[in-house]
Amino acid sequence: MSTVMEGRAEGPTLRQRLAARGIDGATLLVLPCVALILGLFIYPFLYGLMLSFEPKDGSLFGNYARFFSDPFLYGTIFKTLRLAFPVTLLNLLIAIPIAFRVRLLRRQRLLTTLLVLPITLGTVLVAEGMLFYFGPQGWFNRALMAVGLLSTPVSVLNGYWGVFISLVLTGFPFTFLLTLSYVTGIDPSLENAAATLGAGPAARFREVFLPLLVPGLAITFCLSFVQAYSVLPSAVLVGDPANATRVISIAAYQAAFEEYDYSMASAIAMIMGAVQLLVVVAVLGCRSLFYRGPAAGAKG
Amino acid sequence: MTVGSTTFKQLHLQGVRREFDAFTALKGLDLTVERGEFIALLGPSGCGKTTALNCIAGLLPVSGGRIMLDDRRVDVLRPEERGFGMVFQNYALFPHMTVRKNIGFGLRMRGVPKPELEKRVDAALAAVRLESQAEKLPGQLSGGQQQRVAIARAIVVEPPLVLMDEPLSNLDAKLRLEMRQEIRRIHQSLGSTTIYVTHDQEEALSLADRIVVLRDGAIRQVGTPAELYALPAHLDVADFMGFRNRVNGELVGMEGEDALLDIEGTVIRGRMRAASAGKAAVAAIRPDDLEPTGTDTGIPVRVEAVEYRGRGFHGVGVTPSGTELHFSSPHPLERGTAIRLGADAGRVLVFGDAR
Repeated sequence: MSTVMEGRAEGPTLRQRLAARGIDGATLLVLPCVALILGLFIYPFLYGLMLSFEPKDGSLFGNYARFFSDPFLYGTIFKTLRLAFPVTLLNLLIAIPIAFRVRLLRRQRLLTTLLVLPITLGTVLVAEGMLFYFGPQGWFNRALMAVGLLSTPVSVLNGYWGVFISLVLTGFPFTFLLTLSYVTGIDPSLENAAATLGAGPAARFREVFLPLLVPGLAITFCLSFVQAYSVLPSAVLVGDPANATRVISIAAYQAAFEEYDYSMASAIAMIMGAVQLLVVVAVLGCRSLFYRGPAAGAKG
Repeated sequence: MTVGSTTFKQLHLQGVRREFDAFTALKGLDLTVERGEFIALLGPSGCGKTTALNCIAGLLPVSGGRIMLDDRRVDVLRPEERGFGMVFQNYALFPHMTVRKNIGFGLRMRGVPKPELEKRVDAALAAVRLESQAEKLPGQLSGGQQQRVAIARAIVVEPPLVLMDEPLSNLDAKLRLEMRQEIRRIHQSLGSTTIYVTHDQEEALSLADRIVVLRDGAIRQVGTPAELYALPAHLDVADFMGFRNRVNGELVGMEGEDALLDIEGTVIRGRMRAASAGKAAVAAIRPDDLEPTGTDTGIPVRVEAVEYRGRGFHGVGVTPSGTELHFSSPHPLERGTAIRLGADAGRVLVFGDAR
């Protein structure tokens, strides 16, 4: 028996066994990050989740029942989807061809800097700019009237299209920069190889670029979609917040700061998160049907 | 759309130029390649050899000159219309396609019907001995296997011309030797015409029917491996062909074809390769041909280092003026010994300063 004990004592120490699994002193460096996520994300999320089950009427699912029985409330899900989905798709469809052109440019940095600006400005400033630009006395209407295309000013604002344009303006740079990084990540010699093998431009895109891009584009779609789905300022400023652009975050805002019903607001936030999660899971699920390895000429 | 597997008699490069902004990478290349030939473009990095290959493939537009396949002009065609096969330095295999799909890609683009496509892919897989790997993705293969897939993918369409851009530079020494034989074997069994870019003179010597030595975007010499090995026309070609010793001297006379060169007070004989305007000239000698004379004639050196090379010894000596000379010796030598070195007149090449 004692020999067995000795044999074990000579085996790897706890420290060595942990190191073999990739756990060592440096692993402790993730602790601040974990604390941050716990404190700023997990805790508020769980707190909100609990709060949503404590409605004013005392029943467990009272808030959810109220949300899904009132078309003025559950309609916001679809109103937001109707904005976020086409906007995200359009941004992606514009971003791909531009990214393909930009990857060949030499002064990419200047362009990307210009594109980052709208992100840093934020949606409020863009919406304010739009108020002036598309207003009755703005450049847009004046120019169209000057060339005779319009006789009276049109109102793009205060409706669906106002929010749509604002979301495209603020969302495009983000979508584009992500797309560009995926497009430039593809080894250019793959395109050359396809060309020497007789593939024309359309075939090269279809056979080589697209299959390698799909996983990245799916991620880009998800991130852009989540951003667009949580739209609030522009839906109020350049939209029709009482009706056509009454997005889900407006419903949550009104519940929290007009009715002072934090429990209901939490329930709406949970529903909003669930819808986003559903879309993201669906998109990423489709992604697994495609190749997901490195997009470079594989080297041994 | 594609030229396909049309045959040709000769490929002509006529004054092919390529400029990048202010930099001229190719300064008017003239070359005729016969059908079935294996041509190596050899030169140091930056000499324009890959640029030349990319121009032939159509991946880079030429800035001037013409590329002709017999009397058909091809430099105006897009790469997909030329129908040349190309093997890339990093293989450029499509990472999302299996080995079989990679090899079949060119046939599919040419609209070859499925049964014939499968048959030809199988034949190509057999030619590179990868039948058992057909359903794997490139990422699951070793470097040598990936290289063989790249070669199979290029040759399966039976292109009139196969272009190879340093295909062995990413492999280890043993695999490189194996693949070299493989490439030669495939070239011979298919009877294809191959243009092969390399910076490795051993590779070029062992593979090519003819070697084109490039330097600074211009052709320095064209010849068979034997011609280039024995009689390089320029000092820099000699340098590339293993003439490691270059000694400055002064021309003191001629005897028939032999030049007499005074090197630090010792007169040695050598073959005159390039005329000199003045008296200054350079003697180029391979380390293998430079040996201790054992007499009191020859270039005096003091032995600096000697190392064992299996069949003999490789030594480094320094002349009184400080020039380093590499030589071989059948027997070991003590460091610091004063000896004299000499070589057969036929093994010494004399280049004038008017390079």
